[in-house]
Amino acid sequence: MGVATLSTDVQRRIYRLMARMKAVDDRLTKGILSGEFIAIYFSHRGQEGVAAALGAALRETDQLVTTYRGAHDHIGKGIPLVDLFAEIMGKEIAPAKGKSGTMHIASPETGVMLSTGMVGSGIPVAVGLALAAQLDGSDRVVAVSFGDGATNTGAFHEAANMAALWNLPLVMVCQNNLYAEKTPTDHTMKIKKISARATAYDIVGVTVNGNDPDETYAAMSEAVERARSGGGPTLVEALTFRLRGHAIGDDMVYIPKEQLAEAEKNDPYPAYRQRLISSGAFSEDELAAIEAEATAAVNAAVKTVAAAEFPAVETLMEHVYANPEKAPA
Amino acid sequence: MQEQEMTMLGAINLGLDQALAKDGKVLLLGEDIADPAGGIIGVTKGLSTKYGADRVRDTPISEAAILGAAVGAALAGYRPVAEIMFVDLMPIAIDQLLNHAAKMRFMTAGRLTQPLTVRTATLGGMGMGNGATHNQTLEAWFMHIPGLKVVMPSNAADAKGLLTTAIFDDDPVLFIETGALYGARSSVPLGEVAIPFGQANVVRPGEDVTIISYGLGLTQAVAAAEALVAEGISAEVIDLRTLLPVDFPTVLESVAKTRRAVVVHYATRFAGPGAEIAAAIQEELFGQLAAPVVRIGARFTPVPQAPTIEAAAYPNVSDVTDAVRRVMKGVREVVS
Repeated sequence: MGVATLSTDVQRRIYRLMARMKAVDDRLTKGILSGEFIAIYFSHRGQEGVAAALGAALRETDQLVTTYRGAHDHIGKGIPLVDLFAEIMGKEIAPAKGKSGTMHIASPETGVMLSTGMVGSGIPVAVGLALAAQLDGSDRVVAVSFGDGATNTGAFHEAANMAALWNLPLVMVCQNNLYAEKTPTDHTMKIKKISARATAYDIVGVTVNGNDPDETYAAMSEAVERARSGGGPTLVEALTFRLRGHAIGDDMVYIPKEQLAEAEKNDPYPAYRQRLISSGAFSEDELAAIEAEATAAVNAAVKTVAAAEFPAVETLMEHVYANPEKAPA
Repeated sequence: MQEQEMTMLGAINLGLDQALAKDGKVLLLGEDIADPAGGIIGVTKGLSTKYGADRVRDTPISEAAILGAAVGAALAGYRPVAEIMFVDLMPIAIDQLLNHAAKMRFMTAGRLTQPLTVRTATLGGMGMGNGATHNQTLEAWFMHIPGLKVVMPSNAADAKGLLTTAIFDDDPVLFIETGALYGARSSVPLGEVAIPFGQANVVRPGEDVTIISYGLGLTQAVAAAEALVAEGISAEVIDLRTLLPVDFPTVLESVAKTRRAVVVHYATRFAGPGAEIAAAIQEELFGQLAAPVVRIGARFTPVPQAPTIEAAAYPNVSDVTDAVRRVMKGVREVVS
């Protein structure tokens, strides 16, 4: 895959997103482990390069479906941080008013139409969104993000076949972090490359180094362009790693120490920072300012959300139905 | 309004036709639904020819993706009508209905909605020997899902009127058709008539006992009521039409009058919809009842293939008449 021909503007955008993703993850991890917050959270630490590249490759009007491990995808698409923290902590100022939670955040304003806690289940929904885009005659593209484990579900295969059959404007992004919950990928599938699964549906499949944001961006952009121009779906497999395990508090006993050490050495965040500095196009001061801005934004959002109330008991039965008049109570 | 006698199959086809004509966002998805097949039983015949194969869209045999695609299209402003051929196949797709469609409004505080309809059919009671996996009556499962609506019509006119309401409802609706009733004829309004959900139909007025049913069970309820006239028993028959929501006011008003109630359905008697109906009656009218509420439902067994034992698994008219005679005597039912 051709690399490192990105404009400094795109690289700056990617780094800004990665800095924000890392700052959010660091703050949530610290807050949950210290008991400051009570929240369920599935860390994306180590996968920032994939989500930043995807976010940078999509337009504002494009749509995205993600998973319970999707805070980075949301940030890539532009969710306001107060909304993100408020959804995770279940506060009344959350757009979903305490009825979503980490696994279920939707942000239609930024184009993230669904986050699902059901592994694989978002992919058919993305097919429906892409079908709607096609029927509308719009140039909207739909991306769906999922893990390696999702590609073993029937939903993935049903959806990939349907998307290919109907030539839908869909980009399927597999963030292969080498573990499905606590089981390594080579214990759950015989194939070496998940992108090979595209062959079965006669669509393009590519594998990229997800820890290289520039390479990933190039692949995402090509897939998005293919979808937008009527070329149909693409399966992009981005190889990466989940540095903090399945959920915060995971002891990661199932990850060999050498593998974890190697993954930490390949952490895309410091590596990308080093690349930008080495390229000569970015100064230490500029990147430090981006990081400080991300930290400040996160701290401000956490302060606002921490001060907010949980929803009032009276709101329990709201939004079950459009018209609750005859519904059971 | 002009009416025409037609089958329930024809009435559902007409309801779909009118919805497709009325709103360009109505989109049909399902296995075999496009012409020339027009559906496994022919419910959607002619519609893809009239509205195009984009809007009346054949799908692979991929139930999870059919409902998932309906959820996604609904998120993008469409009113999808997904067909899951038989209710026995719903478990393959139920994740999308249970975990996405039914909860979307709630989990987004109303910012995203799911104006979708899932049409499916039960073959229970057809006596075709389809056996245990193609004869189930599973509506009670879906009554446990907050956010969903469950409809089960018993006649052609109701099928068209309730389907129209389902398609234009802003919440997800499971519309369960009954194979044994597809050929049943009745007079159907040709124009658009939407029957509201949660509005039961008193199909036969009576004074002594209320027989509550829906779908295929209603046929037996009506037959039993007619047979009991000879014994001087006047039975009121209520068709619930929708199981979520249930029209409790109509049921309670009737039972307050008759003081006796029998609930009939093809779903299993154990934990069937009748349990909820009976509980509500007894909670509200305990002191006024002349006899315990009796439930008639299928035996708690998979449906067998051979005709003798298949028929024995389901309730029949004499089960209903026997139950009515028991409540008329005020004698407690012996649980089989």
